[in-house]
Amino acid sequence: MARSRKAGTLRLLDVARYHGIGIVAAFLFLAPLAWSILVSFKPSVEARQPPLPPWPVGGFSTQNYANLEQYGSGIWTYAANSLAVSAWTVVASVVISLLAGYGFSRFRFPFKNVLFVLVISTVMIPFQSILTPLFLILTKLGLQNTLTGIVLVYVTLQLPFSIFMMRNAFDAVPKEIEDAARVDGASVFVVLYRIMLPLVLPGVVTVAIFAFLASWNEFLAALILLTDQNKYTLPVLMAAVRSGQFGTIDWGAVQAGVALMMAPCLVLFLLLQRYYIRGLTAGAVK
Amino acid sequence: MTPEQQPRSGTPTRRTSAKLRRNQLAGLLFVAPALSLVLLFFVIPLGMAFWMSLHNWPLLGKSRFIGFGNYVRLAQDVQFWTSMRFTVYYTLIVTVAIFAVAFPLALFAEKSRPLIKFYRTAFFLPVVVGFGSASLLWAWLLDVDSGLFSPAAEQLGLTDKRVNLLADFDTTFWSIVIMVVWKTAGFNMIILLTGLQSISTEVQEAARMDGASGWQRFRRITLPLMRRTIALALILSVAGSMLAFDQFYIIADGGPQNSTVTAVYWIFSQSFMSFHLGYGSALSMVLLGILVLISVIQLRLLRNPEGM
Repeated sequence: MARSRKAGTLRLLDVARYHGIGIVAAFLFLAPLAWSILVSFKPSVEARQPPLPPWPVGGFSTQNYANLEQYGSGIWTYAANSLAVSAWTVVASVVISLLAGYGFSRFRFPFKNVLFVLVISTVMIPFQSILTPLFLILTKLGLQNTLTGIVLVYVTLQLPFSIFMMRNAFDAVPKEIEDAARVDGASVFVVLYRIMLPLVLPGVVTVAIFAFLASWNEFLAALILLTDQNKYTLPVLMAAVRSGQFGTIDWGAVQAGVALMMAPCLVLFLLLQRYYIRGLTAGAVK
Repeated sequence: MTPEQQPRSGTPTRRTSAKLRRNQLAGLLFVAPALSLVLLFFVIPLGMAFWMSLHNWPLLGKSRFIGFGNYVRLAQDVQFWTSMRFTVYYTLIVTVAIFAVAFPLALFAEKSRPLIKFYRTAFFLPVVVGFGSASLLWAWLLDVDSGLFSPAAEQLGLTDKRVNLLADFDTTFWSIVIMVVWKTAGFNMIILLTGLQSISTEVQEAARMDGASGWQRFRRITLPLMRRTIALALILSVAGSMLAFDQFYIIADGGPQNSTVTAVYWIFSQSFMSFHLGYGSALSMVLLGILVLISVIQLRLLRNPEGM
């Protein structure tokens, strides 16, 4: 009796220690995010004061978000730029890596393995080292300062990961499924679209999330390749606001911008966590 | 290996060889869009970057071939080597710091217990926020007037007056290190977690039965069996840190007194603020060489499981 009570106390202590550590650590990781989001809803004047306490004392307000309208062409132009860039990067990454993954998984052609290794090995080359030539090539193509240009760059940067994911996804589908459909006389594209796509959908979702997060958050390439202020994406605009290019720094507005940039990432991750972690660990296990 | 379409067995008739050729063509067509993008936006730029590095290449006007002139100049560029030294220093410190946080987190998050999903998600959330957003967030937290840290330290009586954390090299540097650890520890935790979970529980149990202490089991079983995972996390962290830019540009603007200008930052300012495109390319080539060297070492470490 006494012994079991002692064991019970020990277990209780262990549980308390576990949750104690967990809660403190979780607080440390979540606090900056929460602080920023809470402050973005303070009235503008209050947001200029140190955020103690972080929640709005003078009442909940969307003034900081309204203030974002006064920068350049207004925040919605830049949000639309960011959204367009991300959406097209997602669509193009998915389509191109779906085709390439299928090609690399199911067909035989000369230099197949060499080409696959070539595409995958581009991850080893930092894109930061080829930004100048990229700038010149986009200029030659008449795509400098266009969202199309930056989408093409982002898609290329996503390709090694996306193709790796998609080829693995196709490799995991038994060949018999496809053969049966082919015997019935379906064309290659019908097989790919009707039969294979549903089977590799988890891989597609993974590719799409990574493409979205990478393009939505990318800063350096956008800073260099988009020099026309109307074409800025959100990170480039907000960095310009922070550096004082639009006058005195309005920290409330900056935090509203930060919240705007973080929100889609956090929501998408929380909804599609499983697919994101799968993509992350695919590289770690291989 | 990849399951591939095998040519039909039996006598190869003209029909099957035509079919084979059509199949090859189809395969090439499927990978063609991807290959053209990689060629146009990766392979060609890479060749161009090397070609440009041999030139005096202004933004406007004619470029002039100068052989290895840029590389000679680079060897004597004090700011470049200062940036390089700073980048290496930052990489070493931040990598150690990330591991010091991520490893305990992975051990903590390993077993499935109540609320573990919540804790893992909480530790991971900063990872999905962009480096740009995270930098802007921390630029504010570190601000002397409107931020959190210095006013809070003053109110708690830790400092006599508000300290401008971004006015001094050490406080700027360590603030950014803390921010990066906050942002990336969750990522490394997940990588390490996959390694931890691949170790069979039987091995751990057997060692426990034999009377091995917790520390002994960690040192003799966990660490050696996680060698590949640790190498992977290490390389990702080192490569990422060597290319650091966003946080130093947004939070510190390279300051105070250019003391936090990283290698990529210096390439950026030479290429796109001073428009020395040829010289910037030469700097890029050197950085690229260093990064590829790191990748090759990574592959070495990952390839022979026994001889670390």
